[in-house]
Amino acid sequence: MRKLLSLTLALTAASAFAGGYRVSLQGQKQLAMGHTGVAVVNSAEVLFFNPAGAAFLKDKFNFSVGGNALFARTAFQNETYNWRASTENTGTPFEVYASYRATDWLTVGLAVYSPYGSAVEWDRDWQGSHLVNNIDLKAIYIQPTVSLKVSDKFSVGGGPIFVTGGVEYNRNLTRSLTDEQGNRSDVTVEAKGVTAWGWTAGFMFNPLETVRLGVNYRSEITMEARNGDATFHDLPAFAQGIYTNTKFNADLPLPAELTAGLSVQLTDKWLVAFDYNRAFWNVYDALTVSFANGTPSSVSPRNYKDAGTYRVGAQFTPNSKFAFRAGWYFDESPVQDGYFAPETPRNDSMGFTGGLTYQISPKFGIDFSFLYLHFDEIQNSYDYFSEDGTNVSFGGTYKNVVFSPGAGITYSF
Amino acid sequence: MKNKNILFIALLAVGFAGCEPEFKEELTNADYSAGDADFTTYVAVGNSLTAGYMDGTMFRSGQMYSYPNLLAQQFALVGGGAFTQPSYAEDVNNLGGIAGLPGFNTRLVIDASAGGPEPIAGTSTISLTPQAMAFNNMGVPGAKSFHLLAAGYGNAAGLSQGLANPYFVRMATSPNTTVLADAMSLNPTFFTNWIGANDVLAYATSGGIGVDQTGNLNPATYGGNDITDPNVFASVYSTIVNTLTSNGAKGVVATVPNITSIPFFTTVPFAPLTTEALGGTANITALNTQLYGPLKQALTAFGQGGRINLLSETTVNPLLIKDESLANLQVQLTAALTPAVGAQTAAFIGATYGQARQATAQDLILLTTRSVIGAAPAGVPAPFDKFGVTYPLQDQHVLTATEVTLVNTATGSFNNTIRAIAASKGLAVADMNAILGQLVTGLQAEDGQVYNADYFSTSRLSTALFSLDGVHPNARGYALVANEVIKVINEHYNAHLPQISPGYYPGATVLPTN
Repeated sequence: MRKLLSLTLALTAASAFAGGYRVSLQGQKQLAMGHTGVAVVNSAEVLFFNPAGAAFLKDKFNFSVGGNALFARTAFQNETYNWRASTENTGTPFEVYASYRATDWLTVGLAVYSPYGSAVEWDRDWQGSHLVNNIDLKAIYIQPTVSLKVSDKFSVGGGPIFVTGGVEYNRNLTRSLTDEQGNRSDVTVEAKGVTAWGWTAGFMFNPLETVRLGVNYRSEITMEARNGDATFHDLPAFAQGIYTNTKFNADLPLPAELTAGLSVQLTDKWLVAFDYNRAFWNVYDALTVSFANGTPSSVSPRNYKDAGTYRVGAQFTPNSKFAFRAGWYFDESPVQDGYFAPETPRNDSMGFTGGLTYQISPKFGIDFSFLYLHFDEIQNSYDYFSEDGTNVSFGGTYKNVVFSPGAGITYSF
Repeated sequence: MKNKNILFIALLAVGFAGCEPEFKEELTNADYSAGDADFTTYVAVGNSLTAGYMDGTMFRSGQMYSYPNLLAQQFALVGGGAFTQPSYAEDVNNLGGIAGLPGFNTRLVIDASAGGPEPIAGTSTISLTPQAMAFNNMGVPGAKSFHLLAAGYGNAAGLSQGLANPYFVRMATSPNTTVLADAMSLNPTFFTNWIGANDVLAYATSGGIGVDQTGNLNPATYGGNDITDPNVFASVYSTIVNTLTSNGAKGVVATVPNITSIPFFTTVPFAPLTTEALGGTANITALNTQLYGPLKQALTAFGQGGRINLLSETTVNPLLIKDESLANLQVQLTAALTPAVGAQTAAFIGATYGQARQATAQDLILLTTRSVIGAAPAGVPAPFDKFGVTYPLQDQHVLTATEVTLVNTATGSFNNTIRAIAASKGLAVADMNAILGQLVTGLQAEDGQVYNADYFSTSRLSTALFSLDGVHPNARGYALVANEVIKVINEHYNAHLPQISPGYYPGATVLPTN
């Protein structure tokens, strides 16, 4: 009985930890410029975009702190079955950056940011609940850096990244299993305090006084969830001997990312920037979850592909009090057709950004930013949910909207 | 500062409202349509398959998954009215059965500690109290075609003589009404009619102990397990359809499924006897020396040696069965064996094996026979006390090849009648024979799942379609049936109804103990 009932405990949704709800919101000034920044030296935000750039900050001490309110909404419909569902998700990603020029050639810095800080909650027991009911994931990156000014034209920088995070995720076990009262049987997996290490490194080259080129590489980081808790609810009595609350292990790869770009100071008022990111998502082949109590490992195919993002941004500084920014980017989804799961219902998107800085004093400024992410509606499905040994498909039409206002302050001297 | 906050919140709210995800074509109920059909008053007539019978009975939660009830939920999107079913509110413990009626057991469940299906523990609280109402679901478990026209089929006084049906007793508006009259009292604008299965399947599920009544035009003389005469069926079916369409109602009629797509007939193999099951090679040698050998020798002398072969140690062996279509060699066997074993034993062997043979792939062993194989027939001494091994399985245990032919002939005839009458009235046909026939090789649903006609097993917890009685669908199976009917309605009546995905419906009840 036990063997026969080993329904796969696919932890499909944990991929959100790595993919779908990562929205680039790592700095108020740079977000407003289309989240460009690998070749922009504007503020301490450069510690995230390219630590090498910190060497060229003109103030000795630079400090930026900010946060965003992230509103992501997804609607789902399937005309064949008259299915309709929606999710409203909020997140509050934040960032803190500080740099200090110790000597003329050495700048040290500390960056703390949360690139994954989001929750998704579908209508409970909705038609895709065998894939995900809700997921809540958090990760905080702590990144100390050093930047070396080799010359006025060239600098390098980098540092280790320490990640601490956790995930809580719930889904129904199958499409039809219920307890004796008809409540759908579900499982919650929760991993807290997962830590991992990675690194970032880059260089910046200023061939002309008005032109900067930058390249930054962020390493792959594997989040190794160990001894997380798997907790079952609403099991029928016969299944309580089969699904006992247990521990699980899972490895979640966060892909390596290479960014290259340039910025041009067109006039003393106008700055434009271009970035290209390449995220090496193909490492995310499948999500394998193993359980402590002998329940067979679950393998959920993901089959992500490498994905690129094209960014462009501009900054207009009419006077010493104000700076206005605008940007645009095209973000390619790593999710391939047939692997479109509702915990990461993300297709290609276009981001429209804007923002401004009001400089209260030469040292102290307030930043505002705004992001609107546009997604075309998409008809797609996840075709790899195994039910009694046969893969069944779940899909329909998805439409996403993401919008995020943000605010921060910058202090430098 | 406070004003600034309000301004900020107001700006946020404006931004938020502008960020509702909107589809180019937002799906609403208005996207669906009834086409040429009018679902205002939908009435379903039929037998157990219409009533929502599963796991060997009617029970409160199972009835919710009757295929007409599932259909009605989709019809409600496009003008369908309320859909009523006979009340099972008194089934407070959700056990099914009928209180005080022998043979009307509680619903079957899987007892995980015992490993097989058995009636759930407890006593039925379902009574025969007349509800005296016409219901949108007029499915009556056990009804044959002619029962829909039989006055008194709902009269409690007729139960003891077998003239009435306890399920219709609970429903009938008056003791002398008919199922069809009660159905028509609702003035249906749309109907489904899935009747006829019991006209042949009652014979099949009883192992063919009834009679093929072909040629007998008086159904009042039929026994419960008989096959209905095809002309009687055609005449009755025609009356039913003429009546249902008399007010201009449109509808769907469904054909009778073939027994090969019903796990009740296909689960138990005809040759399940392994060396292990027979107790080892020593036992096989003993059986061959003492029984199979002498029997084959005697039968060979009468030119019937093919009835029985010696048991093999290397392959699985067929069951021993009684086939009433064989020439009875009782007298010959008794005479031949008397010198060797004495008159008394020889007489027993003659009586027992006169029409015995080993089963072939053409014989269908009933699901219920599974627990009979190897069991002791009443009052039979060793070594003859093992059904299927040393004592032939009896008529009620097996649908023999001859009986299978009768069933197939009747099914084919009834289905031709159904299709012809439907065509003459322009009605849609849900060819459940063909649809459920696909389960034999595998019916692929839209989501990729492949369903088949297998009986429940724990590896098929999420995909088994048949309930534990092996004949009736479970909730998932009725969802599949409803979905197929929807496809037929969409096609025939130019309707646009949303489909139903069987994968979301429950299967068998499994209990740790019972």
